[in-house]
Parts: sequence; C-alpha cells; structure tokens
Amino acid sequence: MLWQQLANGTTMGMIYALITLGLTMVYGVLRILHISHAGIFALGGYLAVLASRVSPNLAFVTAAAMLGCGLVGLLMQKWLYRPLLAESKVVSLIASIGMFTLMEDLFRLVAGPYVLPLPVRAPFGLDQFETSHMTGNQLVVLIASVMLLIAAWFIIHRTRLGLAWRATEQDFETASAFGVNIDRAVGTNFLLGSAVAGAAGALVGFYYNSVYPTMGSVPAYKAMAIAVLGGLGNVWGTVVASLILGLVETFLVISPAGLILPRDSIAFIALILVLLFRPHGLFGRR
Amino acid sequence: MGLYQVTIAITVGIFMMLAMGLNIITGYTGQVSLGHAAFFGIGAYTSALLSVKAGVSFWLALPAAAIVTAAIGAILGAISTRLHDDSLAITTIGINFVVVSVFQYTQFFGGALGVGGIEYPSVLGHALTKPEYLVVVVVCVLLGIWFDRRLVRSWLGLALRAVGQNEEAAESLGIPSARFKIAAFAIGTAYAGVAGSLYAHFMTFISARDFGFPTSISIISMAVFGGLGTLRGAILGSLALGLAPEIFRPLVNYRNLMYGALLLLMMRFQPSGLIGDGSLIWEWLRSVAARRRKTQCAPGGEA
Repeated sequence: MLWQQLANGTTMGMIYALITLGLTMVYGVLRILHISHAGIFALGGYLAVLASRVSPNLAFVTAAAMLGCGLVGLLMQKWLYRPLLAESKVVSLIASIGMFTLMEDLFRLVAGPYVLPLPVRAPFGLDQFETSHMTGNQLVVLIASVMLLIAAWFIIHRTRLGLAWRATEQDFETASAFGVNIDRAVGTNFLLGSAVAGAAGALVGFYYNSVYPTMGSVPAYKAMAIAVLGGLGNVWGTVVASLILGLVETFLVISPAGLILPRDSIAFIALILVLLFRPHGLFGRR
Repeated sequence: MGLYQVTIAITVGIFMMLAMGLNIITGYTGQVSLGHAAFFGIGAYTSALLSVKAGVSFWLALPAAAIVTAAIGAILGAISTRLHDDSLAITTIGINFVVVSVFQYTQFFGGALGVGGIEYPSVLGHALTKPEYLVVVVVCVLLGIWFDRRLVRSWLGLALRAVGQNEEAAESLGIPSARFKIAAFAIGTAYAGVAGSLYAHFMTFISARDFGFPTSISIISMAVFGGLGTLRGAILGSLALGLAPEIFRPLVNYRNLMYGALLLLMMRFQPSGLIGDGSLIWEWLRSVAARRRKTQCAPGGEA
C-alpha cells in the first residue's frame, strides 16, 4: 500500500515535472506566463491519438507529438509572443489565455467532447511489467520522463544552444552583442519547450488511457504554481518541486486531511505559504 | 425593456463594478490580479450569510459586504507587497482556487450546495421588482464611476498611478509604494464586494462555482479588452464582453472559440484595448474632437 502510493506519487510528480519543464524553460528566456503551454500539452495528447492510428508504438506516438507540438510552439512564438515583447506583460498573458481558450474549444469542436482512448504499447513490452508495488505504465512513464529530463538538462547545460539560452536569459542585448542569435535562441527554446509539453501530453494520455479537450485545464495553472515554487526558470528546482507536490498530493488525499483539502488546491496553498516566506520560490536565486 | 433585457442589464452592471474595481488594482496601480472573482465571491457570501443567518437586510448587508471584502483585499495587498509581477499574478490565481475550495468544502459556507433563500431586497415591505433592482444596480455603478473620477484626480490616485508606472521611481520620490498597493487592493476589492452583494441578492442562490477562476479571467478580459488603465475601457469592455454571449447566442456552440479569438486578436493587433490610450479608435476620436474644436474656433477668429 505504502509502496504503491509512493509509486503513484512519484509518477504524478514526474508528469508534473514534464509539463512544467517546458514552461519554465520558456519563462527563463522570454519572461512570459505562457498559459497556452497547457494547450500544447493537450495538443500532444491529440497528436498521439492521431499517430496511434499509424503505429501503436508509444515511442513513435510520443515522437510524433513532440514534433507537431514543437512546430506549433515555434509558430506561436513567432506570430504571437514576439510582436508583443515590447508591450506590458499583462498583454501577452491575456493573449496567451485567449489562445488557450481558443485551443481548448478547437479540440472540442474537431475531436468531439468525449474522452478518447490512446491504445498504444510501450517498446520492449515494458508496460507488461507488473509488481505489487508498481504497474507497467508507471514504469514506462518514469523511464520516459527521466530520459527527457536528462536530455533537457544536457541541452541546457552542456551545449552551445543551452549556453545561448542562458545568456539570453540574463540579458538580451549583451547576449546579442556577444554574437548570440537571439531569434534563433528564443525560437529553439520554444520549439524544444513545446516538444517536451507534447511528450507530456502523449505520456499522460498513455498513462490514463484518455485524451480529452480540457485535459490541459488543471495543468495550465498548477504548472504555473509548480514553476514558481521551483523558482521560475530553474530546471532542477522544478523537478524537485514537482516530485514533492506529486507525493504530498497523493499522501494527503488518502489521509483524513483529504476530506477537507481538495487535491487541486494543495499546490496553491503550498505556493502561497512558500511565497510568504521565500518570495523567490523554494530554490529560487535572487 | 422586457424582463429578459432587464436581467442582462443587471448582469452587465455587476460586471461593470467588477471591471472598474480590477482596473484600479491592475490598470492604475499595475498589480496584476487574476483572482478578482475570489473577492466577488467573498462579497457575495458575506452578504448572503448576513441575510440568511442573521436576518440582516440587503441595505445593511451591501455596505457590510464592501467593508469585509475590502478588509480581506487589504490583507492580499499586504501580501502582494512581497511579490512581484509574475509571482503575484500566479499567487492571485492560487488565492482564487483556495477561496473557492473553502466555500465549497466548509459546512459554514453551505458546502457544495451553496447558499440559497437569500432575501430579495425590499423597501418598506414592498419587494423590489426587477426593473427597480436595475435602478439600484445603476445607482451603484454611477457611484462607482463618480468615486473612480474623484480617485483619479486626488493625490491618492496620482500616487497609485506613479506606483503603477514605475515603482522604483515612485519610491525614490518618497512614495511608500507598499502602502499605496494596499490601498489600491482595498478600494478595488470593495467594488468587487458591492458587485458580490448585488449578485447574491439578485440570484437569491449562490454557489462556489460562480466565483471560480474562469470568472476572474472574464473580468480581467473585460478590463483589458476595453483598455486597461482607463475607466472608459473598463465600462465599455464589460458592456461589450457582457453582451457578447447574448449577441452570439445563435452561435452558442462556438462561444468559447469566439471569446478566445476575440481576446487573442485584440491583444495581438490592438494591445491597448478597444478605446484605451493609444488605440486606433481612441486616437481617431481624439483627432476628430481636435478638428471640430479647430473649425468651431476658426469662423470667430478667436482663440
């Protein structure tokens, strides 16, 4: 029982980490609250459903979702956020909310208001693996998300591209003066951040075997809370905050406190408490 | 006006109160609040519980709701002085979720069932008709407009705008920005408290769902759509977006799609809103007004 809950909580936490990772990457460079990130996450689920008709292989559908979502994210950045950089931040925030509303409704109109199944199999029969502590699906989600997180860490900290992002993050003009192609840095950042969101959508769809138009609604705002808790723009902080939240939620909900504390408000209560004492998040730097 | 139109007019009036209040917090003082509906809810529940549990009349419950909401808003304002921009925006989302779940999960607030049987206002034993209630709402909106005008011209309003435009510069001129942020939150949420009271006594039944995060989004969308930072923008924005669902009623299946597209396109191509400072329509109106002034003066050869 304890181990099962631990596995549930850890899987939940890894899923949160994947959704929030792209968000915090994007925030790090552009400093915008990218609410429609959750729309891209749901798009990932739908692209995975489409791709599963071609081949019911989880690796394939995840790759397809990543590709599609990455491109949509890139277009969104070029068409929507870039022209708004000079405006006040509330403008891009509202534009992003508008985009998210539009996307959710488009999914409903195009794919219907129902829950679609995502009938895929993991490579190497990993999803057949079953112990009393952990299901095969959980193992798959854990392995896939750890792989993605390591890849993200590698790109951010060990490649020239990541270096360009980190330079842009600190100062647009100085980075540009040192020969960083800002357009390309921001573009690739959005491309990869959105691709991670797409992967998260596909993996969540696989984990629950369901994809539906409003699957991004709760993550849209919870991921924001996690991103702030972990310190906006901080990848490892995000992972740790996600894991803590996944575990706390899972254990609080089965404890007596679960009767009075709805699951989805825990993140925000934690957020308010933490911000009161540490305004830059749990692991934020000044 | 039929009863249906009166109902819509009352709803739009309530939205105007909400948008005006948010405009003071976010427009004038620059503190992005995405949880305004929480205060709408606090006002509504205060008024409803006073009426249902203590038998207080609407005429007393309304100011009480404004005061309680403003007090809680001041507390949020005090918190907000520790937070900046994005953290504040996200925290206000959090406050909205937490307040709604308190309403929804606490027996005292009626739990999931909400609060029903709220007294419909009456004067000397005569229960108000809907058109009469509309008059009450209109009076509240007019008072709100009047207060906003006074505020903008007062030193307090100037200080709020200074904090909104550049906090560091304001601080360096000796304006204690923390105190003014708290004032802005208290005033703005008081508007929401009045709106909540008006809503509760009009619907006579409220539940936590009415005050959720989507309502906050609608309110900030109205203020931004019309033109953030201007009173006329808040009024026109709440009028336009408040009526939009009625105008688009034949397209009810596409309502969210259109709503999203409207916000998206407005922000993308006209970020200062429909009639905000610097928007196409406002600049055009101003140039027309300037030309008319010129032609009026020309024949007399004066001025």
